[in-house]
Order: sequence, then C-alpha cells, then structure tokens
Amino acid sequence: MKTFVTRRLVVRLLWVLGALLFGFVVYAWRSPIPPVDPPAAESFDAASIQRGAQLAALGDCVTCHSAPGGETFGGGREVVTPFGTIYSTNITPDPATGIGRWSQAAFQRAMREGVNREGDHLYPAFPYDHYTLINDADSAALYAFIMTRQPIQARRTHENDLSFPLNIRFLIAGWKLLFFRAGPYQQDSTHDAEWNRGAYLANGIGHCGACHTPRNNLGAEVASRHFAGGEADGWHAYAINADSKSLEEWNAEDLHMYLSKGWHDRHGDAHGPMAAVAANLSSVPDADLKAIATYVAAVMGKRALPLEKRALESTSSNDTGAAIYAATCASCHDGTRPLPFGGVKLMLSTAVTGENATNLVNVILEGLHPPEGTTGAIMPGFSSTLTDGQLESLVAYIRSNLGAQPPWTGVENSVREARSRLRD
Amino acid sequence: MIELRVNGQSHNVSADPDTPLLYVLRDELQLNAAKFGCGLGQCGSCTVLVDGAPTLSCVTPIMLLEGRQITTVEGLGTREEPGPMQRAFIEEQSAQCGYCIPGMMMRAQALLQRNPRATDAEIRAYLEPNLCRCGTHMRILRAVKRAASMMTGPDASPTTRTPVPASTEVGTSEIDSDAQRDRRHSEKRERPER
Repeated sequence: MKTFVTRRLVVRLLWVLGALLFGFVVYAWRSPIPPVDPPAAESFDAASIQRGAQLAALGDCVTCHSAPGGETFGGGREVVTPFGTIYSTNITPDPATGIGRWSQAAFQRAMREGVNREGDHLYPAFPYDHYTLINDADSAALYAFIMTRQPIQARRTHENDLSFPLNIRFLIAGWKLLFFRAGPYQQDSTHDAEWNRGAYLANGIGHCGACHTPRNNLGAEVASRHFAGGEADGWHAYAINADSKSLEEWNAEDLHMYLSKGWHDRHGDAHGPMAAVAANLSSVPDADLKAIATYVAAVMGKRALPLEKRALESTSSNDTGAAIYAATCASCHDGTRPLPFGGVKLMLSTAVTGENATNLVNVILEGLHPPEGTTGAIMPGFSSTLTDGQLESLVAYIRSNLGAQPPWTGVENSVREARSRLRD
Repeated sequence: MIELRVNGQSHNVSADPDTPLLYVLRDELQLNAAKFGCGLGQCGSCTVLVDGAPTLSCVTPIMLLEGRQITTVEGLGTREEPGPMQRAFIEEQSAQCGYCIPGMMMRAQALLQRNPRATDAEIRAYLEPNLCRCGTHMRILRAVKRAASMMTGPDASPTTRTPVPASTEVGTSEIDSDAQRDRRHSEKRERPER
C-alpha cells in the first residue's frame, strides 16, 4: 500500500515536471524567420541610414563587432565574461557569413528579444536587455545603416568557449525569464521630454549600464543598483549615480563636454573602454548627447554624502612614492599646461578617489593611447620601468597624499592583473 | 651616486636621482645613440632597453633603474663589428635623416630577442609607437626582417655576426615583396635608355 502511494506520488511529480518542461519548451521555442535576399541599398532612404549611423555610434557597436585590427563590423572579437569567452559575430550584410539574409523583422527580433534569425537565443553579452527599449523607427534606421555597409566575408574563427550547461542556448530562455524585461521604452511622465530622451538613449542603444551597473552571480545587471559602478575588460566602470566618487560633482554641462570630447578639465579623460565610447560619441548629434547628459546628471543628483577628504596632515609619509611622483609624474600632472595637453590634477581624477586601484594601476602601466584614428589624451606607460614595489609605493602616495583618501586594499591584485593583461 | 648598468658596464652616476635616463646617457656617459625627440614619451626616438623591454628614456628617472640592465644601440655592436640589427639597417640603408633610427632599432631588438620569428604584422604592430617623419617605414621594416633572418639563420643568436651577402633575399613576405618591387624599380631606373 505504502509503495503504491509513493509510486503514485512519483508519477504525479513526473507529470508535473513533464508539464513544466513542456511549458518551458513552448516558452523558449522561437521559430526561424525565413531568409531574404539582401535588400538593395536603394531601398533605404538616406535620412534613415544617417540616423542609423548615429545610433550605431551611440551604441559603440563597432567596438565589440570588430576584431582588433580586423574589418569594421566583421566580428571575431573575443568578449571575456565570468562564464567563458564569447566571440562577436559578423554583422555586415554578407549573405553567407554576416546578416545579409536577415529581414528587418529578424533584425528587430534580435534587438528586442535576443533571438537570431535561425531562432536561437543569444547570449546577453549582446546587450539586448538594453536594445529591447529601442523604438521601431530607430530599429529600422539601424537596420538601414547596417544593411548598407560593405559586406565582409568573415567566417567565425573561434567557437564560443563556455562550459556546460551554459553552452546550451536553449537555457538562455530561463535567464530571460528571470532577468529580461521586454521593451520598448515607456515614457516616464514625472520627467520632462529631455530627461526621457536621455533615459531612452542611455538605457537603450547606449547601454551605459552594461558596464556601469554591477552584475549578479548570473551575469544580470542588479536593477536596484543602477549605475552604481561595474567592471569592463579589466577596468572599473565608475559609479555614475549618487555613489560617484568624483571629487567635483558632475552636472549636465560637464557630462556633455566629457561625452563629446572625451575629457573635461575638472574631471579628466576617458580611459580604458570608455575611450572608444567617447571617440564614437564625438560623431553623435549634440541634441542626443545633451539629453544623455541631462538624464545622467539627474541620476547622479546631489551626492548623498560629500566625498570625505582626510586631512592632509594625517597622510602617511611615503618618501619613495613621493620621490617617484615628483620625478616621473609631476612635470605633466602638476604642470601649467591645461587639459588636454597637460595631465589632470590627480586629486580631481576618479581613478585616484575611486573605489579601487584598478584604473590608476592600469593607466600608470599602460599609459593612455587614443583609439586608432582618433584624438585624445596621451600618456606613456611605465610598465617596463616601475617594479611592482615602486608602483605600489607610487599608488599609495597618490591615493593618500593627492586623493586624500584612505588606502585601498588589493592593490597587489590590481597590479598582478594589469601585468598579466599586458603580457597577453 | 646611483649605479647604472649600461651595455654590461657599471657606471657611478653623479646626476640627481630624478634626472631622465636620456640626459645621463648623452651628457654623462657620452652614449649619443638615443635621441631627444618630443621629451614626452610620445615619439620613441629615445627608446632604450631596460631588462630587455623597450623603455622611453626621456621620461624615465634614473632613480627607478638601480640594478637594472640598460641597453642602447652602442650595446648592439661596434663600428668595426656591427651587430645584426645594426648591419641590417646599414644594408637596407634605412636611415634618411636618421633621428628615429636608434629608437626603431632598440624596439625591434626587444621584439626579436623575444620572438625572432615575428610576422610582418607583429613587427608593424610592435613598432607602432615609434614615429618616423621622413617616411622610411618600408626600409625600416625590411631591415627588421633582415635582422630577424640573420638572428634565425644557421648561426642563430641575437649577436650573430656571420656576414650575409647584401643581395640575399629575405623570405617571401609582404614586406619583402615590397623590397623586391623597389629593387625592380631601381633596376629599371638604372638601365640605360635605348
């Protein structure tokens, strides 16, 4: 009798599991969208293509969808995630190796739902959790721009390197069930049109949060910590909300200048992955940048607590660091040349007052090199001369004596990681 | 006094510890290969090696260099017995005004010491920080390939001094096909008109 009851329970449980699995399959299943002949360039109007180009610059598409030194939009760039390495795809209109056979419906579905033409779920390394906010007109403009680029024949050279079960694309539907909220963008009536336009651009095509918002263990952005700072390619993406560690508070004008030029005299230069973002933004209409600046400035707001500065007399004496700073850094950073030709006063740099040593260490070792074909801040790197000990002394001196902040922990880790990246 | 090891020799240097290495090399040690170009670490003409890594000596104070191995062009060979990098640059006649050449040689030396079989693309990418305003890039690239082939030749070593006949073709790479093209051009020009 008892075994009978147990068996009945097991059978019922199996039914429930089966039904759940069936339900998940139904939920996750996406049908392929039939291929089309690549649309003729004449089928798009010039205004749409131009708007698409601006949106693509806002989205910094080219950075991920081009391999270093490779063809523009030809894909093949490795994107390292905590879950494994993903290689970006060719998004030129090549019919065989790109997306030439994608209809506008297929393109829009990829942007809105993260599903490719064949019906496979895409990894959220492609930030469709942001692109889902893009409206129909902008999506059509992006399609027009992409489909009128030079087709590049570039097959995948690497398969994605993800461990089981993450290599099963079907399961991404489960991730979406948990974390993905479909768009398009809904106007927030408590804010004006400029703010809404900025929010639409920053959170949609601009996908600022992809780097500037921290992620949870499953790689999803933590919505409650929007813009609270994150990681990008071995760099720290600063908090751009009320948690900002910038000594000088940001306002909309500052942000507008920074985004359009890549530097601001009281805040410093865009470095790391932000350098390429800013280089792209320089080709975006001012109205778009102003809207983004308005929105981000509103999110940053007035700081909850002013940045606490330690009294300078309490800073530790660090003769080695001070001497290295004076001999190596001061001629530019304490000079009289203004930005962008001289170095930023380091007390103003968020790399110095920020959360961790990552960016300061990265900049000292690698220097600043504007992305190819662009102008921007320059600085020689010191990886070949500074020993780890000298570097740590220098970082400690800059942090405490110029940033007037308590010492960082984990500086050695930042040094080790930066060195290993430089060796690659 | 700071002790510097330059080209295998020890020197006690009287300059202040915050003096850039370049000034010490040129003014105190009379090693004049490395050049002052921009003074901002942006042009590469002051490039020397520190423990084998290319280093911009104009922005490097000597206080950072105690106990490190510094190498300049003078350390690659002598006028009588030039090293492979020097000979390759002479044989390819890579210098025009010559100001960038010592920096180019040192950066190329750093690459070939680590990877004597560097590809054309790797050579180009590695030399990218060093500027040449005369436009002798193709000759510089050919010289680096030539140096690489001397270093990887039968008597392989970065300091190989086996003479290589000037006419020797170096591989069949993109850079060399440029070399061949140039040579064809010059042959054409030298041929008397009929």
